[in-house]
Amino acid sequence: MSQPRSVPGAPPAPDAPTLPAHRFYELMRTARLLDDEAVALQRQGVFPAYVSLRGQEAAQVGSAAALDRERDFAFPTYREMAAALTLGVDMVGYMASHRALWHGGTYDPIASRFGSVNAVVGGPVPHAVGWAIGERLRGSGGCALAYFGDGASSEGDVHESMNFAGVFGAPVVFLCQNNQWALSVPLDRQVAGGSVAARAAGYGMPGVRVDGNDVEAVYEATAEALQRARGGGGPSIVEAFTYRAAPHSTSDDTGRYRDPAEERQWRDQDPIDRLGAAMRTAGLADDAFFASVEDRARAEAERIRDAVSAAPEPAPSDMFEHVYREPTEELARQRRAWEQEAL
Amino acid sequence: MTELALRPDPEERREGPAAPPTPVSMQQAINLALARALEEDDTTLVFGEDVGPLGGVFRVTDGLQRRFGDHRVFDTPLAESAIVGVAVGLAMNGWRPVPELQFDGFAYPAVDQIVNQMARMHYRTRGAAPMPITLRLPSFGGIQAPEHHGESLEALFAHVPGLKVVVPADPGEAYRLLLQSVRADDPVVFMEPKARYWDRAPIGATEPADPIGTARVVRPGRHATLIAWGSMVHRCLQVAELAAEDGVHLEVLDLRWLKPIDTATLAESVRRTRRAVVVHEAPLTAGLGGEVAALVGEHAFSSLAAPVERVAGYDVPYPAGPLERQYLPSVDRILFAVQRTLEFQRA
Repeated sequence: MSQPRSVPGAPPAPDAPTLPAHRFYELMRTARLLDDEAVALQRQGVFPAYVSLRGQEAAQVGSAAALDRERDFAFPTYREMAAALTLGVDMVGYMASHRALWHGGTYDPIASRFGSVNAVVGGPVPHAVGWAIGERLRGSGGCALAYFGDGASSEGDVHESMNFAGVFGAPVVFLCQNNQWALSVPLDRQVAGGSVAARAAGYGMPGVRVDGNDVEAVYEATAEALQRARGGGGPSIVEAFTYRAAPHSTSDDTGRYRDPAEERQWRDQDPIDRLGAAMRTAGLADDAFFASVEDRARAEAERIRDAVSAAPEPAPSDMFEHVYREPTEELARQRRAWEQEAL
Repeated sequence: MTELALRPDPEERREGPAAPPTPVSMQQAINLALARALEEDDTTLVFGEDVGPLGGVFRVTDGLQRRFGDHRVFDTPLAESAIVGVAVGLAMNGWRPVPELQFDGFAYPAVDQIVNQMARMHYRTRGAAPMPITLRLPSFGGIQAPEHHGESLEALFAHVPGLKVVVPADPGEAYRLLLQSVRADDPVVFMEPKARYWDRAPIGATEPADPIGTARVVRPGRHATLIAWGSMVHRCLQVAELAAEDGVHLEVLDLRWLKPIDTATLAESVRRTRRAVVVHEAPLTAGLGGEVAALVGEHAFSSLAAPVERVAGYDVPYPAGPLERQYLPSVDRILFAVQRTLEFQRA
């Protein structure tokens, strides 16, 4: 364990620990318990489907904690629940996406500085570049962070975005969570050369691969990339090398494509266990700490679980809302027809 | 061109009755509209491939970078999907992007960003992230261009919820419709009929624009209504001119907004003329002519004296050079359709 530092991010609750390791641990543990609750909600039929982030807590908490919530903006895909938690997103509104109450979730992405849940692999990455260019044009000093995975790294949009950002020197961090599995396809069938970070050289930007299960390493690498971007040093790639410990989604069956021995091996690298053990060794945490974290994390996960389970379904007429700022007459006509015929 | 583009707002140059309206080409008109948009709103950005020092392959953005700076008007890498994706991100950061995709056929690589992102972001975010993006797309055929430079994608985009689609037919229309599109807070696909880029006419820059989603009657008539957009408006005017010599008075309706379509004006015209011929460059099958015919059927059925005729491109890939003349709706083909609708006998 290195020395505690101050970490930008959510102001801790009055009774919460303030040292970064403590805060990282609690966020990761809360994310894990909420993830477990979400899987259970899917099994109970409350969620139609869910995509677990199990094993990627360090990659998400470490990277998100490095962001300046006043100035920066994160662009997630659909597996960044722990990043959302770290950034203080309304988690009931986040989980609403998984309960299928509204695609994208019901939180305000602009106010949260955390884009809507986006199901297009690689699709939000150019948005991060555009946002970052806009920040540069305004001279406001914010940075964008684009989350994507090893699978998305094969998408043309990710290449176009990195090249675009390189050309413009855009203040953006490309945060690849390389969890080694793109649904059923392993890394060696997905990423030629094996490294997403290595591609940075071709775009004229720094790229670094870090141990994605080491929350401090991810935090340090992301903070360094953000500092460089903020100082006018342009974009970077940070590849957090981690492991998707759960199936791709609750509809997936890993038994058809990967060796359980691999999963057992990575279980020993669990990022939460690793941080907990390191904190004990460094004398930063004791049983009382872990017990209190467990209580708070469980209470928070259960609060979110209960609230999203109880959240009202959208009004049927919501379907017609927000298609346009200035709605069309034809859509209004269709809505009237629906009101007469469908109710 | 350059000098014109560098001048201030055309309205200022036309004060007082002494200044006669200056004819400008459609690409000049669009240039003037872009300049005005850049001038009136500091958040407006113009970008795309070759739009900077070159001024665009059609010189539509000529002089804009020099006048407004390379932070407001800039070249991008050759990456259509990222151009639209970057526009989405800029819009999320409070900007008003006016990206250009260089040619119709090269919009296809950007379709994911257009359809899955730009068109839906406002909806997905429940109104938190407006997308005031005007996507300029030099479109349609008629200039014997290489493959992928003469495509008609309007039905594709008109089918997408969240988008609005507009096609100007002349310089004045281009000026007003572009400014209107840029000022609008919804994403608009602005399809420029490149075959008409060099048509010159006074643009009437002070004329107010009609509301979004309204069609316009460009020539009144009583025997049948020709419905068209873009270049085909001119072809239909030619047809109407010829038909008038034979005592057939055709109404020509410029639909211009292909989403939303002005059903009221369309139905009103056809109820009056009782006959409709819809003309477009895009291939016939699943083209917007089918939508127009359906709308006419729904709103003017009892007035119709004949089935709605469709004159369109054939269901073939857009053909090369000399074949273009065979492919595009010709004056003769439109006249045949007019004849069929006028001579139609109920069984």
